[in-house]
Amino acid sequence: MFRALQATFGIAVVVFLLMPIFAILPLAFTSSVFLNYPIPAYSMRWMHELTTAEVWRTSILNSLIIGSGATVLATVLGTLASLGMRRGALPMAGLLRTMFLLPMVVPAVVLGVGMQIFLVRLGLASTYLGVIIAHAVLCIPFVIVSVSAALQGIDPTIERAASSLGARPVTVFRRVTLPLAIPGVVSGAIFAFATSLDEVVLTLFVAGPNQRTLARQMFSSIRENISPTVAAAALLLIVGTLCLGGLGALLRWRQGRKTAAAAA
Amino acid sequence: MKSGVLRDRSGALLLVLPVIVFLAVFFLWPLWTMVTAAFVDDAVSKVLPRTASSIVSWDGQGVPSQATRKALVQDLSAASEEQALGEAVRRLNSAASGFRTLLGRTIPAVKAAPDPAQVDLAAVDPRWNDTRFWVALKEAMPPYTDRNILAALDLKRDASGIIVAEAADVSAHRLIMLRTLMVAAMVTVACAVIGFPYAMLAASLTGWKRSVLLLAVVLPLWTSLLVRTAAWFILLQNEGLINRALQAIGLIDSPLPLIFNRLGVVIAMTHVLLPFMVLPIYSVILGIPRNLMSAAQSMGAGPIRAFWRVLLPLSLPGLLSGSLLVFMVAIGYYITPALLGGANDQMISSVIAFYATGTANWGLAGALGLILLVVTTVLYAIYGRFSTSQQVPGA
Repeated sequence: MFRALQATFGIAVVVFLLMPIFAILPLAFTSSVFLNYPIPAYSMRWMHELTTAEVWRTSILNSLIIGSGATVLATVLGTLASLGMRRGALPMAGLLRTMFLLPMVVPAVVLGVGMQIFLVRLGLASTYLGVIIAHAVLCIPFVIVSVSAALQGIDPTIERAASSLGARPVTVFRRVTLPLAIPGVVSGAIFAFATSLDEVVLTLFVAGPNQRTLARQMFSSIRENISPTVAAAALLLIVGTLCLGGLGALLRWRQGRKTAAAAA
Repeated sequence: MKSGVLRDRSGALLLVLPVIVFLAVFFLWPLWTMVTAAFVDDAVSKVLPRTASSIVSWDGQGVPSQATRKALVQDLSAASEEQALGEAVRRLNSAASGFRTLLGRTIPAVKAAPDPAQVDLAAVDPRWNDTRFWVALKEAMPPYTDRNILAALDLKRDASGIIVAEAADVSAHRLIMLRTLMVAAMVTVACAVIGFPYAMLAASLTGWKRSVLLLAVVLPLWTSLLVRTAAWFILLQNEGLINRALQAIGLIDSPLPLIFNRLGVVIAMTHVLLPFMVLPIYSVILGIPRNLMSAAQSMGAGPIRAFWRVLLPLSLPGLLSGSLLVFMVAIGYYITPALLGGANDQMISSVIAFYATGTANWGLAGALGLILLVVTTVLYAIYGRFSTSQQVPGA
C-alpha cells in the first residue's frame, strides 16, 4: 500500500516536471495557426517562419552575437578571478566570493533599472556593447563557480612534483594547471552562454529594438500574438542547449579518460 | 619566505582585479545609481541655482521677496539647456498643476525682455501672485528627497511636512508587496510539500529509479525559462491539454480557469523553482547515516516515530535552506507572472518594470527596487550563514 503510494507520488512529480517540456516540442511542427493541440497535420511552416521571418532571424543572430560576446568576456574575467582566489592567498577571500556571486542573487529587475539609468548616462544604452556587458555581469558567477570547482579538484602534489622536477611557475601553470582546469573553463563558458541565451529581463531594460534577442522576441511573442513560432524557437533553444550540454559532457569524458590513462 | 607570500598575494590580486573592477563598475555602480535615483531630486535646483539659494529664507507666506523673484528671472533667462529645463518643468508641474503653462508663458517673456532685471513676474502672469506655485518651487529645491521612498510605502508628506498615509485609491504598493510575499509563500509551501517527500524518495531509491528522479529535476533546470513558461501557457489555457483531458474524462463540463490568474502563476513558478528545493534537501538526506533509522527502530521506535524523531529533524536544514532559496528567488520573479498572471497577480517586479520602462519614473522605480534589493539581500545573508553552518551532526 505504502509502496504503491510512493510510486504514484514519484511518477506524478516526474510527469509534472517533464510534461511541459515534452508538450511544447511537437507543436513546432503543427500546421495549425494556433499554439495548441490537437495537431491537424505535421508541417515545417513554423520552422520555416522562424528562419525566414525578419524579426525572428535577426533575433537569433543577435542572440548568437550577444551570447558569444558575453561568454568571452565572462569566461576570461571569471577564469582569471578563480585562479587568483585559489590557495587563499588573498585577504578577505570570503567577502570577495560573496560579491562575485551576488549577480546571481540580486533580482534581475532591480539590476535592470540600475543598468538602464547607468548605461544611458554612459551612452551605451541600446548598443550591442551595453547588452553584452549586462549579460556578462550575470554570467560571471557561473564561470567562477565552475572554474573554482575544477581548480579545487586539481591535486596540488602534481604541481609540486612538476616544480620539484625543475619546471618554472609559468611552465607549471601552462603545462599542468591549465590543461587540468580546461574542462571547468569550458563548462563555465557553456553555462555562461546558456545564461545569456535565456536572459530576458535585463535585455528588456538595456536593449534597443536592434538588439532584440531570441528570448526577448519569444517573450513579446507569448505576450502579444502567440503563434507556433514560439514552439519552433523553443525547439531550437532546447536542441541548442542539449548540444552544448553534450559538448561539455564529451569534454569531461575525454578528460577523464586522459587522466585515467596518465594515472595508469 | 615572507617575500614569497607577498609575491603570491600580489599575483593573486592582479588576477582578481579585473573582475573586481568590472563588477564594481557594471554591477555595484548601477545598483548605486538606482538607489540615488530614488533620493536625488535636483532637476529644479540644477536649472535654477540662484533661486534655490535665495528662496531658502522665504517663510512660505504670501510671495517671496523681490530678491528671490529677481533671482528666478535671472535663472530663467540664463537657462539654456532645453532638456534640463524640460525636466525641471515636468518636476514642478507634478508638484503644482498649471506650472507648465505658467512657465510656458514666463520663459519666452523673460528671454524676450531687453533687460531681464526689469521684468515683473506678476505682470507677465498674475499666477505669480499665487502662493501655491512658490511653495511648490521652494519644496522642489532641496537636492535630496524622501518623496519616492515614502510613495513606495504608500506614504506622503502633507502640507506641513508630516508623514501621512496616501489615499487608498491612489497607490497600492503595499498591497502589491503583500501579494508578492503571499505568492512567494504559496510557491515555497508548494515546493516544500512536493519537494521534501520527493527528495526523500530519491534518496531512498537506488539504481535507475534514482537516476530517473534526479534527471527529472535537473532537466527542467537546463531548459530555458521562456520555454517552460510557454509550455505552461500551452497546458493551462482554456483549450489547453489539462482542460481538454479533464473534459474528456468527464470530470468537468466547462474549462477551469487556470491561466491569467493566481493559480496559473503558482503552478508555473512551483515547476520552475522545485529543483531549488529538491536538490538541497536531497544532499542533506544523503549525508544522514543510513543506520540511524534502523538504530531508532531497533530501540523500539515505529517507522513513523523514527521518521519524526530522527529523519525529519536531521533533514530540516536542507528543507530550510531550500525554502529560503525558493522564497528569495520567488519574490523577485518577473517573467512568469507577466506572462501567466492576470492584472491582479502582478508582483513587485512588474510594478518596478512598469515605472522604469512605461512611465520613466525612475525615482519611484528606484525606491521600490531598493526595497526589493534590501529584502533579497537580508534573505541571502540568512541563507549564507545557514548553509555554511548546516553540518549534519555525526556526518
